Amino acid sequence: MPTIKLTVNAKPVTMEVEARTLLVDLIREHLKLTGTHVGCDTSQCGACVVMVGGQSVKSCSMLAVEADGQDVTTIEGMAKNGELHPLQKAFHENHGLQCGFCTPGVVISASDLLKKNPSPDEGQIREWLEGNICRCTGYHNIVKAVQQCADEMKGGA
Amino acid sequence: MDNFEFHKPTSIDDAIKAVDGKDEPKFLAGGQSLIPVMKLDMAQPSDLVSLAGVATLKEIKEDGDTLVIGAMATHATVAESDAVTKAIPSIASMAGHIGDAQVRNRGTIGGSVAHADPAADYPAALVALNATVKTHKREIAAEDFFTELFETALEEGELITAIHFKKPKRSWYEKFQSPASKYAIAGVCVAEYDDGVRVAITGAGNKVFRHAGMEKALSGNFDPSALDGVDVDAGELRTDVEASAEYRAHLVKVMAKRAVKNAR
Ligand SMILES: Cc1cc2nc3c(=O)[nH]c(=O)nc-3n(C[C@H](O)[C@H](O)[C@H](O)COP(=O)(O)OP(=O)(O)OC[C@H]3O[C@@H](n4cnc5c(N)ncnc54)[C@H](O)[C@@H]3O)c2cc1C
Ligand code: FES
Ligand code: FES
Repeated sequence: MPTIKLTVNAKPVTMEVEARTLLVDLIREHLKLTGTHVGCDTSQCGACVVMVGGQSVKSCSMLAVEADGQDVTTIEGMAKNGELHPLQKAFHENHGLQCGFCTPGVVISASDLLKKNPSPDEGQIREWLEGNICRCTGYHNIVKAVQQCADEMKGGA
Repeated sequence: MDNFEFHKPTSIDDAIKAVDGKDEPKFLAGGQSLIPVMKLDMAQPSDLVSLAGVATLKEIKEDGDTLVIGAMATHATVAESDAVTKAIPSIASMAGHIGDAQVRNRGTIGGSVAHADPAADYPAALVALNATVKTHKREIAAEDFFTELFETALEEGELITAIHFKKPKRSWYEKFQSPASKYAIAGVCVAEYDDGVRVAITGAGNKVFRHAGMEKALSGNFDPSALDGVDVDAGELRTDVEASAEYRAHLVKVMAKRAVKNAR
């Protein structure tokens, strides 16, 4: 079995995995980080989105061996020193989640957007989040939360 | 999903060697089509040869009247590339509207072209923009490349290295997209060259195709109104859950007019 070495939420991980192991299964089954969800088997829902090498990707559509040598961040790695990430705080304040199933993927995806475009308008936020399906359909507050976070981060937060 | 051997070569030569003599080898690019297909057991490769370590396959460059996009350039890279935006802006715009942000971060032009989904966007650009598919051993004209539904002229173990597009005077691509997948229900790419206009249609038929009637009309007058009198025959188009052949025929004309209007 291939041995892979990667960093997950700033912690080094070395392990043997079958080549066919999906990244999401490494994260959920092997590392027990169950904040990353699986919502579909057609690569369309975005519940499984994590950061790999500084880019948001669907961890259900990538092999664990492809993440060898890379930095991976899941929702569990967003809060720092007991402080919520500004996006998490904004979701909390804006009621940006209902059941919360889609939230980890949405938050990671939105963090990738804000890295590329620190001041997106509403249309750009909606377009970027096309790959994240919220079955509770609470899109208004999701967009509001991302917008508030962008505004606050610009304010030097 | 069945297990397989995973290989990660760092050169084209080693990638070719890695597939040689294997039972059922497959190249792995962005995995945005192949991994979903493998999860459904619709492909069961014995060996997966990842192309992610072959740096030369990612190159994008202008070469005289040609724009060269390496097979492993992701949709996101192409969408954001200054070289692409300057040489052929329609390709950058097209790439920026494939799937969603995460699909664009992983999916590549080489994978899209090799997969040859009848509703994929890139095939329309390749055919309209008179492209050549470069493989590790030969060159294939785009029109000869897409042979049938999900079928291409690629031989077993043949690796796409780059796509060479011929720079037009102006071009554009418009699609009517599936709200779920973003694939084209009907997508039209128009390109104007000194010797005439090329029109390629994706999503509407079983594979990408050119439309002689539209090309003739637009070669005489590159204006949306030139398409008013042109017939799009629904008989050659697909009917599926997303649209009837008749509706697709209508959409093809609307998308073609928009593409002509927006051409740059
Ligand atoms: C949710 C979703 C939405 C999508 N929406 C769209 C859309 O709107 N429009 C669109 O066009 N596409 C869409 N796609 C498909 C996407 O563009 C894929 O990225 C693309 O079809 C395959 O590219 P890939 O790099 O992921 O290839 P892979 O999935 O890695 O490979 C696909 C096939 O190509 C072969 N291959 C890969 N690279 C090479 C090469 N260099 N030489 C020879 N063979 C090769 C592989 O062996 C495999 O058979 C979507 C996909 C998803 C999951
Ligand atoms: S689980 Fe639905 S996109 Fe990954
Ligand atoms: S909050 Fe329930 S799926 Fe989005």
